[in-house]
Amino acid sequence: MSILEVSDLTVTFPGGVQAVRGVSYEVERGEVLGIVGESGSGKSVTSLAIMGLLPKGAQVSGSVKLYGRELLGMDEDELVKVRGKAISMIFQDPLSAFTPVYTIGDQIAEAVRVHQKMGKDKAAKRAVELLDLVGIPNPGLRAKAFPHEFSGGMRQRAMIAMAVANDPDLLICDEPTTALDVTIQAQVLEVLKTAQRETGAGIVMITHDLGVIAGMADRVLVMYAGRPVEQGSVDDIYYRPRMPYTMGLLASIPRIDGEEGPLVPIEGNPPSPSALPPGCPFAPRCPMKVDMCDDEEPPLTPFGDGRHVACIRSHEIEHKGLTGTDVFPVPVIPPSDVLRVPRAERATVLELDDLIKHYPLMKGAVFKRRVGTVYAVDGISFDVAEGETLALVGESGCGKTTTLQQIMQLVPPQGGRVVVLGKDSAKLDKAMRRSLRRDLQIVFQDPMAALDPRMPIGDIIAEPLRAHGKKDVRARVAELLELVGLSPEHAERYPQQFSGGQRQRIGIARALALEPKLLVLDEPVSALDVSIQAGVINLLEELKNSLGLSYLFVAHDLAVVRHLADRVAVMYLGKIAEIGTVENVYDHPAHPYTQALLSAIPLPDPEMERTRKRILLEGDLPSPADPPSGCRFRTRCPKFARLSEAERRRCVDEEPRVTRLANAVDHGAACHYAEEIEVITASDDQEEM
Amino acid sequence: MGKYLLRRLAINVILVAIAASLTYMLAATTMSPRAAYQGRQPPVPEAVIDATLDAYNLNDKTPVLVRYGTWAKGVLTGDLGKTWNGGSVNDEMGRRIFVSLRLLIIGTIVGFAVGVLLGAVSAVKQYSFTDRAIGVSSFVILAIPVFLLATLLAIAAISLNRGLGFTLIEYTGEYNPQLSGWDQFVNRLNHLILPTISLSLGVSGAAFYSRIQRNMMLDVLGQDFVRTAIAKGLRRRTALYKHALRTALIPASTYFAFNFGTLLTGAIFTEKIFSWHGMGAWLIDAINQNDVNSVAAVTLFSAVCVLFAAFLSDVMVAILDPRVRVS
Amino acid sequence: MRSKVVLRRLLRNKQFRYGGITLILLVLLAYVGPFIGPYDWTEKDFMAFMSPPGGDHWWGTTSIGADMYAVTLRGMQKSLVIGLLVALIATGLAAVVGAFAGYFGGWLDRVLMWGVDLLLVLPSFLILAIVSPRLKGASWIWFVALLAAFAWMITSRVVRSMTVSLREREYVLAAVYMGIPRWKIIVRHIVPNLASLLIIDATINVSGAVIGEAALSFFGFGIQPPDVSLGTLIAEGSRNATGYPWLFAFPAGLLLLLVLSINLLGDGLRDALDPGSNS
Repeated sequence: MSILEVSDLTVTFPGGVQAVRGVSYEVERGEVLGIVGESGSGKSVTSLAIMGLLPKGAQVSGSVKLYGRELLGMDEDELVKVRGKAISMIFQDPLSAFTPVYTIGDQIAEAVRVHQKMGKDKAAKRAVELLDLVGIPNPGLRAKAFPHEFSGGMRQRAMIAMAVANDPDLLICDEPTTALDVTIQAQVLEVLKTAQRETGAGIVMITHDLGVIAGMADRVLVMYAGRPVEQGSVDDIYYRPRMPYTMGLLASIPRIDGEEGPLVPIEGNPPSPSALPPGCPFAPRCPMKVDMCDDEEPPLTPFGDGRHVACIRSHEIEHKGLTGTDVFPVPVIPPSDVLRVPRAERATVLELDDLIKHYPLMKGAVFKRRVGTVYAVDGISFDVAEGETLALVGESGCGKTTTLQQIMQLVPPQGGRVVVLGKDSAKLDKAMRRSLRRDLQIVFQDPMAALDPRMPIGDIIAEPLRAHGKKDVRARVAELLELVGLSPEHAERYPQQFSGGQRQRIGIARALALEPKLLVLDEPVSALDVSIQAGVINLLEELKNSLGLSYLFVAHDLAVVRHLADRVAVMYLGKIAEIGTVENVYDHPAHPYTQALLSAIPLPDPEMERTRKRILLEGDLPSPADPPSGCRFRTRCPKFARLSEAERRRCVDEEPRVTRLANAVDHGAACHYAEEIEVITASDDQEEM
Repeated sequence: MGKYLLRRLAINVILVAIAASLTYMLAATTMSPRAAYQGRQPPVPEAVIDATLDAYNLNDKTPVLVRYGTWAKGVLTGDLGKTWNGGSVNDEMGRRIFVSLRLLIIGTIVGFAVGVLLGAVSAVKQYSFTDRAIGVSSFVILAIPVFLLATLLAIAAISLNRGLGFTLIEYTGEYNPQLSGWDQFVNRLNHLILPTISLSLGVSGAAFYSRIQRNMMLDVLGQDFVRTAIAKGLRRRTALYKHALRTALIPASTYFAFNFGTLLTGAIFTEKIFSWHGMGAWLIDAINQNDVNSVAAVTLFSAVCVLFAAFLSDVMVAILDPRVRVS
Repeated sequence: MRSKVVLRRLLRNKQFRYGGITLILLVLLAYVGPFIGPYDWTEKDFMAFMSPPGGDHWWGTTSIGADMYAVTLRGMQKSLVIGLLVALIATGLAAVVGAFAGYFGGWLDRVLMWGVDLLLVLPSFLILAIVSPRLKGASWIWFVALLAAFAWMITSRVVRSMTVSLREREYVLAAVYMGIPRWKIIVRHIVPNLASLLIIDATINVSGAVIGEAALSFFGFGIQPPDVSLGTLIAEGSRNATGYPWLFAFPAGLLLLLVLSINLLGDGLRDALDPGSNS
């Protein structure tokens, strides 16, 4: 018997905006249902509607049945017995999901006491047990800590502890790992699996990450524009998608095990819920669109084997056995001329030599005093050759953003050297710095924050031109807009009238205005949806080749890096752990951290995910204010754990430097016991090293 | 934490010292206590006036810095100087300070408590009749300056008493000296009613805090942790009062410090209009009488009050917010 | 486009509509009203002392036979002008001090904010009360300057903290990395993004200044006779409010309406300009 049965659920917000338009699904005991969709597809609203957590103005219709009991329209007295007891929910951002003024333990105990008659002491004890269950070290002490004293991963564990406190039948997880780093994400997903085993609950897993779903879900529901467009078993959806949107989505994801070369973009943007196209909502972006698609919205129809597809051409797709790459046109990106010259003969556009940036660690609100030092960047060296893309990757707190700011500021560094286009930043005068800024430009992560909301985009793009006294600004702005795939007529509009992907294109146009030689890309696609991301990545690739640019690309998404970068440097706690060509680092990682990082990334491939072996890291990133002695990674290093006492001494006492690996031209690792292994496709069947 | 508070205190003492000194200088250079003696009939000889003013450290023929030095030395030893006609400022202050403090403390507590409560109710029942009623009345009250509110209250009390034929609500003075014991206590309470209302209702009191608290609460209501609290099975109302109200009190407490200055000004008007012999009324009399030392004394008092309120507001935030406490 | 959206939101906003209409009517009354009334505010009617409203004297007369209607409107003119000027000066000062302190940080920030703290500690009413009687005979513009000098501090603190957060915004960083001078960044990127805060604040400052002026005048420290303001009129009227209510009711009522309409306007502006606002 199914736990939850949702049928024809619709949600209408004030103003007549339909965010969810007819969602139906069932969840069985012990089953994981994945709901995938891009932002604005209505996936989160659906789950909030089920829990009755939508704001008052929202109108919900249809039916939500828990063990046959209707939840919609139930009064609060009954509903409070269901919430947190039969159905629990895990939210995306664990920091804002806890009340800041109460301790974690109190908040979990409160959840226990709401549903179980239990004394305060017993509930507190139960809270500690639950924290222990989700793998929080020292749970007795940590229960007395406040939410802000927990790291992101720990908070999400505590959130899971709270959700399973009353042994729920169903867990709804709304993007539970989106705010976390990959290695932490792998830990939390593991905890979720444990929690499910312990409780036997059904799980509804809502996410935009097709990799996470592939490893977790039994069945998948794909949503687009407020409606499910395809539903079926996880293997069917991933290997035999029959709706062009699903096909495009799967084809557009960059993969860490993927080939280099252009990605498959889905043109256009998802429709706004207040202005849906007449027929199929995906039709305007669909390469398989025929006239009939505009006539009416295709219903979700059964397709055999418990699958449902909403596309009038699904049978044709089945029949011809089409895949995403068949349907969606793959752009051809001309190769770069510069890259034909061997790397050693090309000019160096950026060189970092033992760069150091330490921050004072301040305490106190009004009278700040120094209580320590944050070793944000602690001696890193690399160089970028002309026409090449170097990716700087690492998890939050590793110092990659600080490195980037040090480069962009063009001021003398605290220690080491920054040389941009042959000019040492310590030896610049005002005029030289100004002229150097023309050749060094940046594209920011958040396309909303990077554009002044009060300026029309024409002015935004013209700003660098005017600042450097360029003539004929208007013509150049039009030219730039065309270059990034926007129409010159858009110059009059304001940033908020554009979608995320378009805004990022505007940011790129601004950065290119002065024809720079080196472009710094700060997580340029991480705020974008997958289907939009592919287009921007392709644009960056194309611009690099046609304009002869060099990129320094900062990212945390290793899959994107694989597609865009030529070389990659992996950072950990202010140091470089491993550096080399993309092929070398991805296929034969030598540093245990790189290995763990690569193995933690979920692949959008259910079969591989099922058999894949993960290297799970213990605990959180240590504080950059108090890094471990010797090798900074040793506290979490799986290799360190396997070493003998004598071998460990070296890791504790001696800091490893980046050394070139014997059998490679461009590959170095900072590990005393570096050893190349393959991790991306490594499976359980392979033997232990 | 203790060290932090001590440093904070030290800075505050310096601020008070500078504020009081500046005001003394300003008062000493612009006010002329001499005028009170010059206009007398029969005329007082100039030498006599000088001698008197010298004795009170009020002579404008003495350089202002010298007068300031004498005054500052006195203040440091706990002597606030002489009034324009030779009385002791300390004695006068001793008589008045508790009158003002009683009004200020009661007014603050009543205003804050009532305001926060109404604001919370208003936010929880957003768009209901209660919310609208509270909103409209606080809006109208906010538009009435304290001096007007006090005057209106006094007029209303006079009319009411006249209509009833006896004095139900006292509208002038602080107590009736002819009564004693229990009767005098009740009489004092009666005298407190109108000034407390006028001080704690308006711009610096309940109406102000209710607007702030409502906005803060509404900000908090949309946040994820309230949703979490409901998702784990709390009733909406419980979640709001237990999780949202508690969190929304933090920003409201920071407004406490900003608002205290307005409250002090309000107290000046209230005391004057209801003929209370407090610090505020003294200030107005002192300015009218060119009484430099009294003005400086009141400044000292009000600067100490403002900084104490800021300090209290910090302590309150530290108690309410664990994030501030730990760092 | 953006301004159109704001305008539409403003016009849909009830508070803004009511506040705006009331304010326009009050301004019209203050400046057009005197031409309609039969008496000038300086005229004295020796046939009518303390006469109640009616006949020629629509709002009655005072103890010296002045026409209440003309005198009150004259007082309101003064209150309006003072309120407007004070708000403009105070908000401008707050924006400049706050934005520079917040953007440049360091010692400039410390010095400016220390000054702000000091001014906050000084009881402003007291300073105004001490200084303003010495301004007798001087222009009332001095009085405006004084009022403004004590009305900007809290706003400048808010502006400063908003500037500190704006300074870290990526579009400001982008401008820095383009090589645009810092003062230009303040003018072009920071102040425009504070515009809604400043407009709202200016509105609230108008009502604050009107009240401040009235309060000081009530105690005889503000506008000096023979000139009148709503404050001086209320002070005089309140002495005889029970016997001769018209002396008190008209100026007090107009003051209340004036402040109320400005507050409504400010609240409406806040709702329309601040997309994050809830109400």
